[in-house]
Amino acid sequence: MKLKLATVALGAFMAAAPAMADLVVPNLSYRTGPYGANGTQYADGFNDYFTLLNERDGGIGGEKIQTPECETAYNTEKGVECYESTKGSGALVYNPLSTGITYQLIPKVSADKIPLYTPGYGRTSAKNGKVFEWVFNAPANYWDGASVAIKYLLEQNGGDLNGKKIALVYHNSAYGKEPIRTLQDLSKKHGFTLTELPVDPPGQEQKSQWLQIRRDKPDYVLMWGWGVMNQTAIQEAANIRFPMENFIGIWWSGSEVDVLPVGAVANGYKSLTFNGVGTDYPLYADMQKYVVEPGKASQDGQFVGSALYSRGMYAAVVIAEAIRKAQELAGTPKITAAQLRDGFEALDITPARLTEIGLPDFGPEIKMSCDNHGGSGMARLQQWDASAKKWSLITEFTAPDQEILDPLILEDSEAYAKEAGITPRC
Amino acid sequence: MFYREAGDFKTSYRDDGQTFPIRLDRWGYYAILAVAFLVVPLVIDSYWANAVLVPFLIYAIAAIGLNILTGYAGQVSLGTGGFMAVGAYAVYKLMTAFPGVPIVIHVLLAGAITAVVGMLFGLPSLRIKGFYLAVATLAAQFFLVWLFNKVPWFYNYSASGQINAPERTMFGWAVTGPATTASAKYLVCLCFAVALAWVARNLTRGSVGRKWMAIRDMDIAAEIIGVNPLTAKLSAFAVSSFFVGIAGALLFAVYLGAAEASEAFGINKSFLILFMVIIGGLGSIFGSFAGAAFLVLLPVFLKNVLVAQFGWPTDLAAHIELMIVGALIVFFLIVEPHGLARLWALTKEKLRLWPFPH
Repeated sequence: MKLKLATVALGAFMAAAPAMADLVVPNLSYRTGPYGANGTQYADGFNDYFTLLNERDGGIGGEKIQTPECETAYNTEKGVECYESTKGSGALVYNPLSTGITYQLIPKVSADKIPLYTPGYGRTSAKNGKVFEWVFNAPANYWDGASVAIKYLLEQNGGDLNGKKIALVYHNSAYGKEPIRTLQDLSKKHGFTLTELPVDPPGQEQKSQWLQIRRDKPDYVLMWGWGVMNQTAIQEAANIRFPMENFIGIWWSGSEVDVLPVGAVANGYKSLTFNGVGTDYPLYADMQKYVVEPGKASQDGQFVGSALYSRGMYAAVVIAEAIRKAQELAGTPKITAAQLRDGFEALDITPARLTEIGLPDFGPEIKMSCDNHGGSGMARLQQWDASAKKWSLITEFTAPDQEILDPLILEDSEAYAKEAGITPRC
Repeated sequence: MFYREAGDFKTSYRDDGQTFPIRLDRWGYYAILAVAFLVVPLVIDSYWANAVLVPFLIYAIAAIGLNILTGYAGQVSLGTGGFMAVGAYAVYKLMTAFPGVPIVIHVLLAGAITAVVGMLFGLPSLRIKGFYLAVATLAAQFFLVWLFNKVPWFYNYSASGQINAPERTMFGWAVTGPATTASAKYLVCLCFAVALAWVARNLTRGSVGRKWMAIRDMDIAAEIIGVNPLTAKLSAFAVSSFFVGIAGALLFAVYLGAAEASEAFGINKSFLILFMVIIGGLGSIFGSFAGAAFLVLLPVFLKNVLVAQFGWPTDLAAHIELMIVGALIVFFLIVEPHGLARLWALTKEKLRLWPFPH
């Protein structure tokens, strides 16, 4: 009986939800749970950019953008619930900021024909657009990240990593395991030894891993962490006096949330990034004027310019550009999800276009095609300055080692195609 | 007045011993079954299937499984999530190794494999009980999840350690994979839930169930009257794990379509299902359904009310939701420690006497 009552009431509420006429870009965010501190800022940046477009330009091509939010708590079952509850509203694209949820959604979006945009996370081999027709992961993926980090270390060591020891501290989940195969291949190519140290999610327990690092004394430590795991790892590294400048995190391990709690000892910690940091870009002036000052920013705009805020905003920039492209291709501002997919595939964000948006040199050039859904894969490094409390970019955009990555991507995507019965296109 | 049994006579022991001895109850049961099988599949959409009904049915199966072990046989288990993972990984290995075999057979086999694993981890129950057994099963939870994360054979050596359910069919209908229709998903889970609930009900009221309950109530006394504790405890572990394994297999293959061991089958899942059993009512099949409904539907319902209706921020709504669900759990346990099933039974008693209670 309880079930029936709940069912009736739920049905009534569902029916009462307003029909949406605008372009709908659901924001599957998480502001609670062990990853909430990181998820919050990303979601803010994502929302605020679309708010800016609505306030300043009246949307894209005259169509307003709506970003209905749904809390996933980084939990795959809630993610599925969010996907199903927002899909009916005419959702154009999904960006769930979770590799786990991405894996759930890949088959679903392919059946429902809605693009899935997973910048810097998700399934790496989705770069192969021949197999993953509806998934896009530009500008860079985990394997690009692993390769760029090793390239940076090569550069630091005069092009030779022979006999060096590198440890990988990773979140023991699909997300953290992604770079292992690439790093193994890279270690064969460059002759360094790789130690894999898994940390069970959410990641507060990592004493034994750092004990092993203290014993093995690796030359460098790479980290694939997220949420509370990052700050714990940086604190543990500081505790064993591991030199911070030899500690490099993936882009998801490089935000203010991760280093601020550790304080002064986090000074010199490095991480990858594929977007600019700080507020020294012309776009932030508009953001201040149209979004923050009128009080329309998420959480009062208190995180504007932080690393994760900027990354969420960057994801929104790419989606907005894809929408623009799709409108141009379709000849109408009211595009459908399938038309947006074509827009993504024809996307070409040049440095000139980025400057026009007000974000010069903010991200790498993104050019996608039918078989390349992952862009160039370029990333750069940033370093934390604990006294100034800010990140500074220390390298230019570096291209990954495609010689290693291409065969891996082909192998993994073909395995998926075989498993799921997909005939490659283009 | 509303609920009466006047004129409802029983003339045989058989009539007296049926699951729904009151005619009105029986009709209600048939009516619910008819609606569930004949009406719902026609009107269900993918939101109702994926967000509400399919998880409810799957968790109900898992709750029945744990209820058999904890509610009927008195063996406390915190390893439910781990056993669900066994079901999920078993069905994944079977699906990918034997693509031609119908998926339902794989799900049943996954249940059987979980039953064997469950019996293995049930062996300590012969020597220890109560809290100590709970800790032993907790070890099973952590060991199994670690195993599925550690050994690449279980996830077919995929780069990320995720398992994905490929499309498999039943009588030409897709049951797993992205092309599955909402009604196919729902019907498969409903068939399993109804069949397993029927099996559980009949097992628990027969001699096997009596032995379990005798062990639960006082194991030494049970042994004296001729119940073999070894077979009783191990059969409880086997049957319970069979149910839980099927729930895990359905959760992965039909509901989610992809899973990773630590996220989908972590310790939280064990607690969730234990709460379902406690809130629903220990030792009750109806209670398992009620508990599953309470913990699956209430958060979705609250989310829809708070976010879609009141327009609250999603994080605030998520926190309030946790508080409301937590408070209701405490409230229910204080008001009725025997769970929703007992509450429902009391309601029926009261309605039968209304308006002249004595």
